[in-house]
Amino acid sequence: MTQSILTAGDSAPHAPDLPRGGFIELSPINQRRLDNFRANKRGYWSFIVFIILFTASLFAEFIANERPILVSYKNELLVPVFRDYPEEKFGGFLAHTDYRDPVIQKEIEANGWMIWPPIRYSYKTHNLDLPRPAPSPPTWLLTPDECARAAARKIGPDKPHRGCADIEWNWLGTDDQGRDVAARLIYGFRISILFGLTLAIVSSVVGIFAGAVQGYFGGRIDLVSQRFIEIWSSLPHLYLLIIISSIITPSFFVLLGILLLFSWVSLVHVVRAEFLRARNFEYVNAARALGLSNPRIMWRHVLPNAMVATLTFLPFILNGSITTLTSLDFLGFGLPPGSPSLGEMLLQGKSNLQAPWLGLTGFAVIAFMLSLLVFIGEAVRDAFDPRKTFA
Amino acid sequence: MSAPLLDIRDLSIAFRQAGEETQVVHGVSFRLEKGRTLALVGESGSGKSITALSIVRLLTPAARHPTGEILFNGRDLLQADADQLRGVRGKAVTMVFQEPMTSLNPLHRIERQIGEILKLHGMRGEEAVRARVIELLAEVGIPDPAGRLQSYPHQLSGGQRQRVMIAMALANRPDLLIADEPTTALDVTVQAQILKLLKELQSRLGMAMLFITHDLGIVRRIADDVCVMQKGRIVEAGPTADIFAAPKHPYTRALLAAEPKGEAPAADANAKTIVEADNLRVWFPVKAGLLRKTVSHIKAVDGISLTVREGQTVGVVGESGSGKTTLGLAILRLIRSEGPIAYLGQRIDGLGSKAMRPLRRDMQIVFQDPYGSLSPRMSVAEIVAEGLGVQGVGKSYAERRDIVASALVDVGLDPAAMDRYPHEFSGGQRQRIAIARAMALNPRFVVLDEPTSALDMSVQAQIVDLLRDLQQRHGLAYLFISHDLKVVRALATDLVVMRHGKVIEAGDARAIFAAPKDDYTRALFAAAFRIEAAGGEIVAQ
Repeated sequence: MTQSILTAGDSAPHAPDLPRGGFIELSPINQRRLDNFRANKRGYWSFIVFIILFTASLFAEFIANERPILVSYKNELLVPVFRDYPEEKFGGFLAHTDYRDPVIQKEIEANGWMIWPPIRYSYKTHNLDLPRPAPSPPTWLLTPDECARAAARKIGPDKPHRGCADIEWNWLGTDDQGRDVAARLIYGFRISILFGLTLAIVSSVVGIFAGAVQGYFGGRIDLVSQRFIEIWSSLPHLYLLIIISSIITPSFFVLLGILLLFSWVSLVHVVRAEFLRARNFEYVNAARALGLSNPRIMWRHVLPNAMVATLTFLPFILNGSITTLTSLDFLGFGLPPGSPSLGEMLLQGKSNLQAPWLGLTGFAVIAFMLSLLVFIGEAVRDAFDPRKTFA
Repeated sequence: MSAPLLDIRDLSIAFRQAGEETQVVHGVSFRLEKGRTLALVGESGSGKSITALSIVRLLTPAARHPTGEILFNGRDLLQADADQLRGVRGKAVTMVFQEPMTSLNPLHRIERQIGEILKLHGMRGEEAVRARVIELLAEVGIPDPAGRLQSYPHQLSGGQRQRVMIAMALANRPDLLIADEPTTALDVTVQAQILKLLKELQSRLGMAMLFITHDLGIVRRIADDVCVMQKGRIVEAGPTADIFAAPKHPYTRALLAAEPKGEAPAADANAKTIVEADNLRVWFPVKAGLLRKTVSHIKAVDGISLTVREGQTVGVVGESGSGKTTLGLAILRLIRSEGPIAYLGQRIDGLGSKAMRPLRRDMQIVFQDPYGSLSPRMSVAEIVAEGLGVQGVGKSYAERRDIVASALVDVGLDPAAMDRYPHEFSGGQRQRIAIARAMALNPRFVVLDEPTSALDMSVQAQIVDLLRDLQQRHGLAYLFISHDLKVVRALATDLVVMRHGKVIEAGDARAIFAAPKDDYTRALFAAAFRIEAAGGEIVAQ
């Protein structure tokens, strides 16, 4: 390497223009990680499938709903999916419109049209016209005789009907309150993922913060916090959760708060170890010599080191959060009654062994969702593996 | 003349990486006779170590030999199977590695580590093995060898560990000893002792030695023949005396001329005092017992006084563990210390981190390892501009980028490269970036903590020239910490020789270099400039 040392007499040099990259510019190392992630076919496809399912479930109201998406009534466009119209509008007298009511349906069809979601039940819709007492099996498991009776009830006893083709389908049957399992599944999937994601992200933030402070400052702070965490994490979580949620009526956010009490601990050790290691790196010392404040050094110089470990753990923490919520729901201490939840579906499956579609559906969905997340987690872990990154 | 012991013909080495094959050694040939010493010299990355490793086939499976043969006693080792290789390794050919701290298993006692090699190659009987181990330890100059049998590696000093490594290498009386930078990790005085020991043992046992090093001073002292390697090729080979007297290849000439040159400016007692420290102490408490009572102190820096003046350099020299880096950090208030420190006459030793922040602009530091001191996740511009942002220099980011650009030009880098990341630069360029980071703030005082020791010799000289140039232009005051006396001689106006946290000798650098008064200083100089082990009692083993 030979370089001439320019003398001070040179005219003032100018910086090159700021690079303007694409929308997202990846550093080479992140590019390699992304390639590694893509190279793991199972993880990559799991990720794609998961994203599609999750995005779809975010629009659950457009897939399974007891209200039409769009209604044209007397030349007026209505969006019942977003707005609550009183029945008055359609010539009734109730405060809310029941669009599933044949009278209302006829009234709207006569004065315009409406677009329904593919499944005309919401998670809380009770199907009042079951071919068999609840829990009613999936429609494709019904005998033609049962279909015929249901269809006759619906269309009218004298008119000709086409059996099963004429009744409203419950693709996966109903639960013991006559609610459509498929609809509850879609909403339950959404609430599980949202709950898991929120819990995982919030507990990561808290955990990273706690680990960062302990690792960076070390000494007495570290000693005291570590002992506290040891005692805290040896408390029997599940019992405490059950006791707390039997005192406070659990809602989504109350439950989130209660679970957060214990879940933040999981990341602390990893982050603390990374900070302990990195706080004596020379570039951290160099930053100190430049006069950077501690929070800024932690944020800019040390945290990026800890993020690899954190991101690697995130899918597994997400899995853990979902499992905890499901188990609480299963025990009946979870989300308020009536909420669509996979754990509650499993509980119903347990108490209605004569209706295997409940347990089987719940099991299949939970197993599938958790497997997807584990596969994604493995791929993320491999992508961040330094030995692979530089291979 | 009979067939040579080792005859390497047209050896090439290639590595497979991510589906691509990169050839790193191109058609290297040399031969080594019994009882001779051949030195492979070159800078880092020149392929000297992997050439040596491939003799005993210790390269990773990703390595391949497209051409060549390695004839050892007439047999091609490249064709040998695993069993034959095991017979050769540790018996006929042995190795001594660079890092004595990691080449010994920390969990095994010395006796077991040396005994293992003897047993592996057919020695039987506990008593016989033990007697032989003691004999070997005595041979390599370990004092009280019988008492050292039960020691663990961490109980030995670096030099002693390297002696144990040599004892292991000699255990089966090899025909060929491969020494891969065996003294690079050691202090200069210890280095001189180890070289002396190797030379003695070689002539006594009549073995051949392949010596790999980047240090030409060592080559001149120890080798009969030299091969100079550059970028995987041998560019010049011949008897040591001839090469040093009349180097033919330009690269050899550049290597020989690479020693830091130039004179330090004369000491000027009237120059303005920038930083002054008086009776500075850094004591680390040693705690014991249930209540963690402080029972004693490790005195890393024990009562050091020094004055750094404008445009002048105070060189701090000493061996590892002498407390010189701690001293530098203490003066910058990066670790806790006792005793007054004054910057431009103003006491700074009691200031909190907030009060220190504006002063950080004037007092900067450059670290030893240019690979560790630059955050790998930030671009060069971000690294250099970071201090500017904190210190409020430059109003906008664009303005700061212009300051960064001029700082980069100042240290001889192209400002167009400022948006690249550190891993795209060589070691010397990285050190220039680290210097630019310090210089961008326009400091008045810079602590240079071994800024050249992680660099190749020729790059060292460039960095020294750069530092001297910057000092002259900006009137900087340097505190230059180094164990490398040649570099210090080229820069320092005043000198402080440290040992065990105390000053051994201090004063005008030229006077001390010309006539050292203290015995330790003399031993240090002898080892550094002539690679002689002198004053055996005064220096550490």
